Amino acid sequence: MTQIDVTAPMTPPPSEARAARSERLRLVLRSPTVLIGTLVLAFWVFCALFPGLVTRYDPIFDNQFPTSLPPEWGFPFGTDTNGRDILSRVLAGSRSILVIAPAATLIGTVLGTALGLLTGYFRGFVDDSVSRLVDAVLSLPLIVTAILIVTAVGSSSRWVVTLTIGLIFAPVVSRTVRAAVLAETELDYVGAARLRGERSSYIMFSEILPNVFPLVVVEFTVRLGYAIFAVASLTFIGFGVPPPSPDWAAQINQYWTLIDPYWWMTLFPALAIASLVIAVNLVSDGIREIYER
Amino acid sequence: MTRFLLKRLGLAIITLFLLTVVVFAISTILPGNVGRAVLGPFATQESVDALNEQLGTDESVFVQYVDWAGDLLQGDLGTSLTKQAPTWDLLAPALENSFKLAFVAFLICVPLSILGGVVAGLRYGRFTDKSITITGISLAAMPEFVTGIVLILVFGIWLGWLPVTAQAEEGASALTQTKYLLLPAMTLTLVLFGYIARVTRAGVIEALDSDYTRTAYLKGLPSGVVVRRHVLRNALPPTIAVVAVQVGYLVGGLVAVEVLFNYQGIGLLVYEAARQKDLPLLTAGVLVIGVVYLVVTLIADILYAALNPRIRLGGAE
Repeated sequence: MTQIDVTAPMTPPPSEARAARSERLRLVLRSPTVLIGTLVLAFWVFCALFPGLVTRYDPIFDNQFPTSLPPEWGFPFGTDTNGRDILSRVLAGSRSILVIAPAATLIGTVLGTALGLLTGYFRGFVDDSVSRLVDAVLSLPLIVTAILIVTAVGSSSRWVVTLTIGLIFAPVVSRTVRAAVLAETELDYVGAARLRGERSSYIMFSEILPNVFPLVVVEFTVRLGYAIFAVASLTFIGFGVPPPSPDWAAQINQYWTLIDPYWWMTLFPALAIASLVIAVNLVSDGIREIYER
Repeated sequence: MTRFLLKRLGLAIITLFLLTVVVFAISTILPGNVGRAVLGPFATQESVDALNEQLGTDESVFVQYVDWAGDLLQGDLGTSLTKQAPTWDLLAPALENSFKLAFVAFLICVPLSILGGVVAGLRYGRFTDKSITITGISLAAMPEFVTGIVLILVFGIWLGWLPVTAQAEEGASALTQTKYLLLPAMTLTLVLFGYIARVTRAGVIEALDSDYTRTAYLKGLPSGVVVRRHVLRNALPPTIAVVAVQVGYLVGGLVAVEVLFNYQGIGLLVYEAARQKDLPLLTAGVLVIGVVYLVVTLIADILYAALNPRIRLGGAE
């Protein structure tokens, strides 16, 4: 087992690595902004997991109450034109975005990391051609590319939206990972692995990947914020989850033309999106700061 | 400088070519019968066949691309299916409208963001810095339609100061037009503030930390002069690059804002084309958006190089 002998001094013993990790975690959680972000995020995840525990009324059935009531004691967020309690709908509305956005981000991060490892490791022709292609994709705004794909595919189901955003993220992620891999390949441990005669796939995924993994984590959290942005925007313009889903952006899509005078049907879902977006960004910013220190 | 220009131009042309390939590839992944998908299940078979022939979908993909790209080279962007007009005739006025909106947004946004970034950088690590930075990050991450809705509610409906649609009447004066554009422009300003301010702030912090700034302080220059002559002059060029990238974003990324404010720009046009499955108009619109972005970043790179003596005088690339 000469392999282990050569690599052993390169990586710190597991206990030390774990100590460094928990130290980082402690630093992340000490920041008040990260703490607030985590709490808000945890609240929405809880609502997504157990909507039955947080809603007072059914979020989907029509005509349970008088229609279009402004906010009052019994209905703090009012009711909508279908006679549903908006508070219940807002509380039940985090589920689809909290499934679609992380799933899309995961797809994009996995594909992008693989692509970044390949281009950064092999360089040369592979790298040049993929990089130019990435440039071309990135010259289109995310939403515009997404609209084109969704229209060309001819349906905007959850799956299509998830895959579309994941695919668009892959080149963005690959670019970041590629830069890090380029720096790693200069280091001695990669040269040592090459001299040992390791296969390229082993060097990329078992040697380099663990060393760029913190960066991948940071990239994931940052992309998650953008994914929420993208899913919400697509749903708002009508290419996402259709009504009667209580999804926030879908509610806004349905009611924003009635904003004068029925402002409460649009404002409360909008504020819910805002709270989620801010929470995710506070957390991702905290994580990035710690890793970059 | 000439070498840099040629190299940058060559890259832009390659990227442009790949952009057409990507856009074409996406628009032809439509599974099944294009004509049927566009016209719907109730159209007659003859009209479906006719459309397929008009679009050339019975040819091989390669032939289709060469035909399409050949037309592009001759300035023919195709014909809209729903409006029966050359797509460029529809795209040109929409693009002009989008540029108008982007221009007003930039007049508000750029000075404000640079000011915010400079203040944050000079107060690095203090409360002012933290509040500017966190506000900027949070607003930048917010989908435009959320920011826009809040602004519409506050300034358009509750206070009643500004019109809630962006489209002024035909032939309205520039001043009236600007008034109609204020709310969408403010929405874009809030979204862009964080990006631009962040880069300016980073530049200011780096310049403050440098040897030349220390020398300037140590030789007794008043801090106002140090900031103006040494810090800002070095901190602003990176900002230009970011600002330019955001122009590209502004012109194409306007979809949600233009839909929300019902503004006849290129974002709204692309959105309507997608809703009506008008593929030729949609592809042409997407392509134009990509080209605008490429051209703007090209100009920005050249501008940045011209401001940077290390590149201008032909040292590094």
